[in-house]
Formats: sequence, C-alpha cells, structure tokens
Amino acid sequence: MNENEPKKPGGIYSKKVMEHFMNPHNWGRMENPDGVGKVGNPICGDVMWIYIKVEDNRIVDISFETFGCVAAIATSSITTDMVKGKTVEEALEITNKAVANALDGLPPNKMHCSLLAEEGLKAAIEDYIAKKKGKKQDNQKQEK
Amino acid sequence: MIYLDNNATTSAYPEVVEAMLPFFTEKFGNPSSLYELAQQQKDAIESSRQKVAEILGVQPKEIVFTSGGTEAVNTAIIGSALAQQEKGKYIITSKIEHKAVLETCKFLQKYLGYEITYLSVDSSGVIDLDELKNSIRSDTVLVSIMYANNETGVIQPIQEIGKIVKQANVPFHSDVVQAIGKIPVNLSELGVDYASISGHKFHGPRGIGILYRRKGAPFTPLIRGGAHENKMRAGTENTPGIVGIATALEIASREINNKMPEIEKLRDRLQQRILDEIPEVIVNGGTAPRVPNTLNIAIKYVEGEAMLFLLDNEGILASSGSACTSGSLEPSYVLLAMGLDHATAHGSLRFSLGKDNTQQQIDKVVDVLAPIVQKLRNMSPFCPDELKK
Repeated sequence: MNENEPKKPGGIYSKKVMEHFMNPHNWGRMENPDGVGKVGNPICGDVMWIYIKVEDNRIVDISFETFGCVAAIATSSITTDMVKGKTVEEALEITNKAVANALDGLPPNKMHCSLLAEEGLKAAIEDYIAKKKGKKQDNQKQEK
Repeated sequence: MIYLDNNATTSAYPEVVEAMLPFFTEKFGNPSSLYELAQQQKDAIESSRQKVAEILGVQPKEIVFTSGGTEAVNTAIIGSALAQQEKGKYIITSKIEHKAVLETCKFLQKYLGYEITYLSVDSSGVIDLDELKNSIRSDTVLVSIMYANNETGVIQPIQEIGKIVKQANVPFHSDVVQAIGKIPVNLSELGVDYASISGHKFHGPRGIGILYRRKGAPFTPLIRGGAHENKMRAGTENTPGIVGIATALEIASREINNKMPEIEKLRDRLQQRILDEIPEVIVNGGTAPRVPNTLNIAIKYVEGEAMLFLLDNEGILASSGSACTSGSLEPSYVLLAMGLDHATAHGSLRFSLGKDNTQQQIDKVVDVLAPIVQKLRNMSPFCPDELKK
C-alpha cells in the first residue's frame, strides 16, 4: 500500500478494499453448486463459504457467503471476480498474495483474510473434484 | 457526525479549555519555585485539589493528580502491593477489568511472583460476591474491582464488595473511570481505599487523571523524583491539566442530575427501537444495573467491524466488541466472560452516548443500522434463510 495515499474512506483500508466491501460482487448462497468450500473459524471472526459452478472444466459461476470483517468481505468479493471464467487449473494458481495485491494491499493483521479466500477457493474446487469422482464411480457402479 | 463513542473519549467542555489556557501562557511558573508566578500555580493546583476532594467526598490530601487513568491504576495496584509484601503476594480482581488493571496484575505475577485470582461474572456481567468471599485469603493484599464496565456499562455492587473486603481487612481499589460523570460517585461512601479516574472520559483533558488513596492505606509511590503531590507522585505538576480536570469534574457532576437523565432516555430509546426493528439482538448486560449512557448489543450472524465501517460511512461513530478493531483475533474478553460465544461477541456493538446527542441522531442510527444489518446478514453463511431478504 502506498503510504502517501489518502486513507479515507475506510481508515486502515485501501480504496479498492472499501469499494469491494461497500459493493461486494457475487455474494449470496448458490442453488445446486458443483463445489462448496467452507473455511474459517468463528473464534477468529471470519468464516467464508465459496460456491462454484463448473462447466467443461471452467468455473462459469462463483459466489460467496462471508461472516467477517471488512477485509474478509472484500477479499471474498475480489476472489470471485478473479476466478469467474477461469479453468479449474488456472483458479488453483491464485494465491493469497495475488488476492491482496488485487485489493491494492491489506493491513498486515488482515493478511489472514486473503489466505482464507485462497483456502476457500481451493476447498470449493476440491469439493467439486471429489464430487465429480464420486459421480464417475456412481456411474461406473450403475453401468456394472 | 453522530458521535456515540463517549466511553472511548469525550470532547472537552469549552469552560475546561478556557480555564486551562492561562496556565500554558502567562501563568506558566513551576509550582515548586518560590516567586509569585509559582504561587499562582500552587494556588490553582490546591484549589483544584480542594474542589475534586469535595465532589468525591474525601480529603484533599487523599487526592493525587496523575498523567491519566492508566497511571492511577498502575500506581494504586503496584503501590499498594509493594507496600504489603510482608503480608503476602496475592491479589483478587475480575475477568472484566480494563487492561490497565489486568496488565498491571500480570506484571506483578510475571516479575514479582504474585498470585492473581480473576473473579468470573454471570451472564449479566456482575461478579459473584460469594466467589469473592471464598477467594479472600490471609495473604490477600488487594482486591481490585471496577465500578462501571467500559464495554457494557454494567455497574458492580462496589459498596457491598467494600464491606466484604473491609471485614477481611484487605485494601480495596476500584477503577471508577467509567462511572465519573455518569452516576454519582462518593468515594467515602463507596468504601474504597484507592480509586482511579481519567479526565478525558468526562469532558476533561487527556493526559490527566486522579488517584484517590485513603489516608493510611498501604502505599509506596511508583513515580519517583521529588516531593510533589504530598510525596505520592513525583514530577512537575501538569497545572493546566489539573485545573482542567477539576473544572470538568465540577461540571460533569452537576450534569449527572441535569443532562444524564436526558441521555438515559435517548439510550433507552435507541435500545428499544433496535430491539423492535432488528430481529435476534441481545442487549449485553441488559438485565444488570448500567450507567445511563451505554448500550452494548450483540447482533447475531454479523461481524462488528463490518457494521462499524458501514456506520462510519454514514457518519456514525461507535465501537465494537470484535477483535478486528483491536488487531488481535480474539473478540472482547468482557463479553466472552459473560458467556457469549465467539461469533456473537464478534457481532457486538457499543454505543456510548454523550451530551451532544439528540433524538434525531438516535433515530437516524436505527434507520441506518437496520439496513446495514440486513445487508450483512444477506451475505452471512450463519444467517437463517428466513432472516434473509
């Protein structure tokens, strides 16, 4: 974060963080998702659920539900923007640093929120892969 | 701007600033010097001490001006403990004290081998007198219990605690920082041996506080280097601050009867409207006696910092029990001690009203808060579907 940038509005947060916090993108529960990632811990005050819809190995839709602070909501929002339209492999390459950079930085004590976003996304993709495998196995069983 | 964070700090009364100003410029002498310029200072300090003592129901010689509430607390606890090392090294306090008390106790524990008992509180935030009685031992050197809690406004039964402690012949300190200017405080009637007060919590200046030490109570000074403050606190006196805190105390004490009832009505209105218009809200400490200006609410399924920023965006300044504002991950230890679960504690807000709030402002807070809560609940994985819109 540039030290000289005016901090307002939002005090400790960048303008970009506040934009995403004030008007988050892709929020809300998803009907029939292909994968769900549930990460975080209420003890720390941040819980993030990421929903994805995958078609032909591409994440065509993504949404989040987050209980958490400004940074948690902003990282959820920007992560959904970054992921939408990407292939599963491309999405797996997104790191928490990339998420934080896309928000023009996070205060040091809020970096864990970006980690949560990375973990939430990965968990959703893992869930998708596991479900796909399960379906395949189910199909194979049925064929037998 | 709608300022609802008066338990954090307050604006100074204009009369306070006016009273202080000459002591920065024309009346600047060092009170310890002998010439007339110094005497003016000494007179101002002593008449301030007189005024403060009278309002608090104690003797002027029992009043020590400090650099603030934190120094007063540190001095009371350490000064009392060190003077009684022959008696023992055991202190009783509570889980909901301000960090100034808790950290000072921890310091004695870590560096000087003291043993500390932290009394628990019930769900309304009040300590259990039986637990206190059972915790007192022959080597107890101090009991330190706050009067009003900074987060919830909950008032502890200080007079009853004082009686129990006195019977056991143990000195008693009370952090009365959040009570001053909100409820009447007569230190003699409260039965405390030490009390700590902070100027900026009742429209006085920062950087000035008061330590009350009952005459004869065990004590050794913490700050050393001169005979100032009746040999209880060294350092050239902060004359503008002393004049300022005395002026503020005078006005604030008067306003307890004039302005505080109005503030209480506004607080009650805020509480009632929030309860009526936002589902699943708990008033933290709502069933205990509270100071009239404080409202602490837990709003389920949402997190405090997010609410604070959205309120701030509408010009409403409050504070939260969430960890996020303090930088640690743990939410308010006060609310956890009252039995709230972590998520609910994270979703708590504190509104502490003050002299400049109006009904129009209070109504605006509710009008703004309800949609903010709805917006965040819509995004929350914990929120049941029937509450989402």
